[in-house]
Amino acid sequence: MGTDMGTTPTGRAHQPPPSPDAGVVAWARKHLFSSPFNTLATFAGLWIAWYLASAIVDWAVLRAVFTGEDGRACSKPGTGACWPFIAHKLDLFIYGRYPESEMWRVDLMFVLTAIGLAGVTIPDLPGRRWQVVYTFLILPVVGYVLLSGGVLGLPLVETERWGGLLVTLVVAIVGIVASFPIAILLALARRSDLPVVRWTAIGFIELVRGVPLITMLFMASVMLPLFLPSGVTVDKLMRALIGVAVFSGAYLAEVIRGGLQAIPRGQYEAADALGLTYWQKMRLIVLPQALTLVIPGIVNSSIALFKDTSLVLIIGLFDLLGIVQQSIASDAKWFSPSTPMTGYVFAGAIFWAFCFGMSRYSQALERRLSKGQRR
Amino acid sequence: MIPSLKAVVVTAAAAMLATPTAAFSQGTLQKVRDRGQLVCGVNTGIAGFSAPDDKGNWTGLDVDFCRSVAAAVLKDAGKVKFVPLTAKERFTALQSGEIDLLSRNTTWTMSRDTSAGMTFTGVLYYDGQGFMVKKDLKVAAAKELSGASVCVQTGTTTELNVADYFRRNGLDYKPVVFEKLPETIAAYNAGRCDVFTSDVSQLYGVRLTLGNSEEHVVLPDVISKEPLGPAVRQGDAQWANIVRWVLFAMINAEEAGISSKNVDQMLESTNPDILRLLGKEGEFGKGIGLDNDWALQALKQVGNYGEMFERNVGQGSRLKIGRGLNALWTEGGLQYAPPIR
Amino acid sequence: MARGESDAAREARPGAWRERLASLVFDPRVRGIALQAVLVVAIVAFAYEIVSNVTDNLARQQIASGFGFLERTAGFDISQRLIAYSNTMTYGRAFLVGLTNTLLVAGLGIVLATFIGFAVGIARLSSNAVISSLAAIYIEVLRNIPPLLMLFAIYFAVLKGLPDPRNSVVLPFSSYINVRGLTVPKPLMAPGFDAFAIAVLIGLGLVAALAIWSRRHRLATGRTAPVVPLAVAILLGAPAAAYAVAGMPFTFEAPTLGRFNVTGGLTLLPELVALTTGLTLYTAAFIAENVRSGIEGVPKGQTEAAAALGLSRAQAMRLVIVPQALRIIVPPLTNQYLNLTKNSSLAVAIGYPDLVSVFSGTILNQTNQAIEVILITMAVYLVLSIATSLLMNWFNARMALVER
Repeated sequence: MGTDMGTTPTGRAHQPPPSPDAGVVAWARKHLFSSPFNTLATFAGLWIAWYLASAIVDWAVLRAVFTGEDGRACSKPGTGACWPFIAHKLDLFIYGRYPESEMWRVDLMFVLTAIGLAGVTIPDLPGRRWQVVYTFLILPVVGYVLLSGGVLGLPLVETERWGGLLVTLVVAIVGIVASFPIAILLALARRSDLPVVRWTAIGFIELVRGVPLITMLFMASVMLPLFLPSGVTVDKLMRALIGVAVFSGAYLAEVIRGGLQAIPRGQYEAADALGLTYWQKMRLIVLPQALTLVIPGIVNSSIALFKDTSLVLIIGLFDLLGIVQQSIASDAKWFSPSTPMTGYVFAGAIFWAFCFGMSRYSQALERRLSKGQRR
Repeated sequence: MIPSLKAVVVTAAAAMLATPTAAFSQGTLQKVRDRGQLVCGVNTGIAGFSAPDDKGNWTGLDVDFCRSVAAAVLKDAGKVKFVPLTAKERFTALQSGEIDLLSRNTTWTMSRDTSAGMTFTGVLYYDGQGFMVKKDLKVAAAKELSGASVCVQTGTTTELNVADYFRRNGLDYKPVVFEKLPETIAAYNAGRCDVFTSDVSQLYGVRLTLGNSEEHVVLPDVISKEPLGPAVRQGDAQWANIVRWVLFAMINAEEAGISSKNVDQMLESTNPDILRLLGKEGEFGKGIGLDNDWALQALKQVGNYGEMFERNVGQGSRLKIGRGLNALWTEGGLQYAPPIR
Repeated sequence: MARGESDAAREARPGAWRERLASLVFDPRVRGIALQAVLVVAIVAFAYEIVSNVTDNLARQQIASGFGFLERTAGFDISQRLIAYSNTMTYGRAFLVGLTNTLLVAGLGIVLATFIGFAVGIARLSSNAVISSLAAIYIEVLRNIPPLLMLFAIYFAVLKGLPDPRNSVVLPFSSYINVRGLTVPKPLMAPGFDAFAIAVLIGLGLVAALAIWSRRHRLATGRTAPVVPLAVAILLGAPAAAYAVAGMPFTFEAPTLGRFNVTGGLTLLPELVALTTGLTLYTAAFIAENVRSGIEGVPKGQTEAAAALGLSRAQAMRLVIVPQALRIIVPPLTNQYLNLTKNSSLAVAIGYPDLVSVFSGTILNQTNQAIEVILITMAVYLVLSIATSLLMNWFNARMALVER
């Protein structure tokens, strides 16, 4: 624990200056050793922390292998992480089987997406309207053309060749963006005065929320082809996207409904009094307020969706986790006892970084919003 | 106003999502020609049969057969789109028209041939189910496996066969069932099971990925018949004939000694069998709706059955599987193709 | 138009029908009905389209349909069964085995995740900085990792950490731990078992009565009676006495180490352990956050009042804070229980024979009846979800009643 955490009152001339150590000691006595049980808990906690930290450093650095050309380098008993496995497979993990000469398209798309997301997520940037148009209308079209090609002289790259982090991000981002309109419609329908509309929405939302995503994906991959008229087929990645978007839409609808319920009745009545139609009322008065209220909830359901993307490996698409796992289990060249854990830790760290970033963002927003309300 | 807008959106979305792959009545051949591409369903990853190489190109026996069909139909072995399928998806993918041809180490069984909406066109690889165990267990035959834990992948005939085998022999076993091959192998390798069971052809491939291959043995017992072959949708006799006869042509070519290397010289041959196969005599291409050089193209671009076999699973590969049942009938195997005449 | 005009006069005016139509079009009630009618038609048309496509596709491709397959012989084995099952029984029976396995893992997970979640959530609010940081790290790390990845990592870590059967760790009472699981002796019923079972039930009933009495006593007198030792005595004593009196009503089948596996006995599979651990740790991180915000939602005055009454911190937590916090905690807790139940379907990835693995996996593949199988699977999860929701809503309503 750093000394900065002690409360050292400085700049008070009329009091005798306590030594900085006294502050730490006082703090520690209050927070760590206030009772025998507390003291015991402190030491037990410190021991656990030390144990975990040393185990991680030991595995990831001290006993790890950093160079090598294949799995034999990591085959010695007691080896920690097998980092050359990650280094050699990095392209595969990021781009999947995307052709090497076309990888710049994926890189460009990553950059464009990052710009779009930054624009939408950073508060108080000018030109909000254009950022929203860019992210929700222009970017999807540009992204589709850029990634799959087949027009404008870009060679066609079929979705069967996409994989790794690319697929993870495509499923997550398309899922989040596409679930938005679905969710708004469902949430409005669920609060509608029209019984048929309301019950349809309730039935749909509860049906989707009541079943595991896996069964939705099975349905999309095994049953959907039978639902369509003969001769009509849908790309496999697209089917997974539909399943994910519908699934996430039902969850998001409940989040948005929470926001709609939190808007005071007076707002609705005022809008009616102004003579606005239903859609004008929603678009201009209610939704802007409701959506702002539930932004943290929206980010949380995006986190859940991001983690759920890993399930597409079960229906034979190779997302980040899927491709890491495929490399672990079917590439004889890299087989070693330490390869599997290395791969899982690598995939886990990437997922964690994205999700943790999002959850920090959501917490920061929450603080910002509550500050705004306190004013 | 609103409903009509919605209708427009829905229609537009449907148009974007769905690729109408023409009506069924049109016939698969016409569909493939219009598209200029054969869509072939393959395994998501199985050494020797269909696996992406380092550069992401698909390789393997099943994959090469798709290329032969593409060469025969479109005169270009490269015009194939490979769709990797899990065991669970493969039948619906074929039934729904997503793929034209299923070439994914699929066992020909009566129920699949009659009540799953598809037709098998022949046997590309005669396989059988076997067992792999750790050498230090000192097991010599499958009958000694009573009480063993068995790792098996779901979605295959394997699971049923192993149940039948142990039931037939009055032995106990403990199945551990996984959805996908990687987990199945990883669990076997971690010692969760004593036995890994699958088609023998797969066992050799799996053994390679274990790293310490020499610590594992494939038992001599073969407990089932697994004729693996390509399948097409039921009800399109012409397309079934094309796929069937491309396979027969590959086998007949090996028997006649025609390979991708000598196919041009063979055009000068005086042997009527060879001339008929290569389209110099007769109108055999017309019978299946193709040009007369259909077999010539397939042989030139992909090779005969023996070449495909050796390159992918035989001595030219790391699997080093012997021809065994897959040798020509003239050499004591089962590969026997009806004559082209 | 003038108000005084009579209906007849209005009828007579030219163009009146147009006005009437306009007023109909702009009448919100009429528009509402029209919109709903359109929706109903759209839904019916959509359903008809799907059903006709499916029937058409199935008939054209000669795919079997109907639920008759449930009666056919399954022919495959299942590694864990809570009800009697063998490979000569039907697909329907195999379905039940998968269902009970799902229920088992969901039930275990819910109970364990609740305990760990509450513990971590309370630890997160501890005044001890080390403890609260550890709890924070636990929450932030586990919440942000895909559960599937956790299951893979835990499963293979579990397998790696255990010895192979021939090097089993031998425990007392001829129990074994190895990579195939923990095997313990299996009780076999013998004559006199009924008497034993009844004695155990009576013991449980006594303990329940004691708990109710002690609660009433506390509420009436404000004093806590020392009932815990008595309860323990009853719980242990009643079965032991019955065991002796009924003359050893059951025997144990001791597992023995065979050539490959430990045979006989009851086995706790490593898949079950890995799945339960993974689901529990993952869900507990979310429950801990719910518990934290629930406890933070209880006014500080309550803690101070409890302290003023002379309650210890633990008593204050148990008797004052948590019961009030529960009102905030229970609704999100319900969601976590539902998530856990649904996440148990990830079992399919690590070889645990749950409903999805057995039914949507093996049986789907053997029968090729994707539609029937997936519909049944979805229906089962739906029923489980609704049942859990109803139960938790009932519990929530009871909680709310405590408010005076």
